[in-house]
Amino acid sequence: MTYLKRSPWIIHYDASSCNGCDIEVLACLTPMYDVERFGIVNTGNPKHADIFVVTGSINEQNREVVKNIYEQMPDPKVVVAVGICAASGGVFRECYNVSGGIDKIIPVDVYVPGCAARPESIIDGIVKSLSILEEKRTKMNSPAAKKDTQSGGIQ
Amino acid sequence: MMSPVYGLIYILLAPIAGGLVAGIDRKITARMQGRVGPPLLQPFYDVGKLFEKENLVVTRSQDLYALCYLVFMLVAGALFFAGGDLLLVIFAFTLSHIFLVLGAYASSSPYSFIGAERELIQIIAYEPMIILSAVGMYMVTASFFVSDIVVSSIPIVLYLPGVFIGFLMVLTIKLRKSPFDLSTSHHAHQEIVKGVTTEFTGPNLGKIEIAHWYEYVFLLGFIFLFFAFSLPIALLAIVVAYFLEILIDNTFSRVKWQFTLKSAWIIAGMLGLINLAVLYYLSGGLQA
Repeated sequence: MTYLKRSPWIIHYDASSCNGCDIEVLACLTPMYDVERFGIVNTGNPKHADIFVVTGSINEQNREVVKNIYEQMPDPKVVVAVGICAASGGVFRECYNVSGGIDKIIPVDVYVPGCAARPESIIDGIVKSLSILEEKRTKMNSPAAKKDTQSGGIQ
Repeated sequence: MMSPVYGLIYILLAPIAGGLVAGIDRKITARMQGRVGPPLLQPFYDVGKLFEKENLVVTRSQDLYALCYLVFMLVAGALFFAGGDLLLVIFAFTLSHIFLVLGAYASSSPYSFIGAERELIQIIAYEPMIILSAVGMYMVTASFFVSDIVVSSIPIVLYLPGVFIGFLMVLTIKLRKSPFDLSTSHHAHQEIVKGVTTEFTGPNLGKIEIAHWYEYVFLLGFIFLFFAFSLPIALLAIVVAYFLEILIDNTFSRVKWQFTLKSAWIIAGMLGLINLAVLYYLSGGLQA
């Protein structure tokens, strides 16, 4: 019996997003979509979180922050990149200060497309990430994985 | 007479009851906000998950402090349900919270620090009222032992209406409900991240959550004492009191620590002390 899939707590970080995706992430918490139905809680604390939800692209300002938040999360953990900017940089891809999607820095498990991503697809992405989370947990508990210091992302 | 059997029953069943109370709480809260809400057993899923996670600590002493918080909460509740001395129960209860504060201080994180300081302020705020409740019960029943208080046929709440209202007020602080959820909260207030629990991860956070369940049952048991003369009235009082707490939680926004301290002390002083003074004069001094 596993409880991980029934109680995913998320931390949401806005990495240079235009706020479009962030508003859609917050919309998931409203009575209309109510993600707490699935036990999803927006924790705001990386040390309590299982799922890292990032919106926007990587630039020089947030490179260290994204890495830091990811490293502070206890295993098993997954990363969900929400919106096209988080996936590839989107329309800001060619900007002088943008280095690209979140996967430039940390391993991303699920990409949620859209500009801005719809709440339905964000929920879908998070629910999809749950099976990856479960997979990582099994891997984490297997004796072979104990030697690995850094658990690589499953792409 | 003390009966260790009830203490044992508390140790075994309180987490189940406390978890269900937490689940009902979340469900009712969701309904009040026009949401469907999580499943009833969600708190159990949460804690189950926390024990599946990696235990990240800043310092190993956090493990000990989280365990001590749980153990002393257990001791306090078990003593209470076994019919022990109320003063000893309150002492163990406070001690358990001191361990939580120490655990938060041990992690040297600024968010934990602020949370720990606020937790201490909360302890200062609620402690006088809880002591007054014990003193009031002594004045009415002439015993500090829960086993004596619970079998007394005197309707304690009629003698201690002020103390009871004061107790309900500090119950809001104790249950970490909204106007007074300063040190940590179950809601999405994030200005101090998660306060005292910020640096506790996985199994440690799970232990703290289980300690909260024990605490719920202990506090609801305390309400029972006020109405111990009649079982149905007592159960009704517990349900109404808890519902009121949820309603207050969802109606009021968080206040500053100054207001928490002042209001808790003023209400404890006004209602609690005046209640006890009136009782003292009416009974012509302590009979016991």
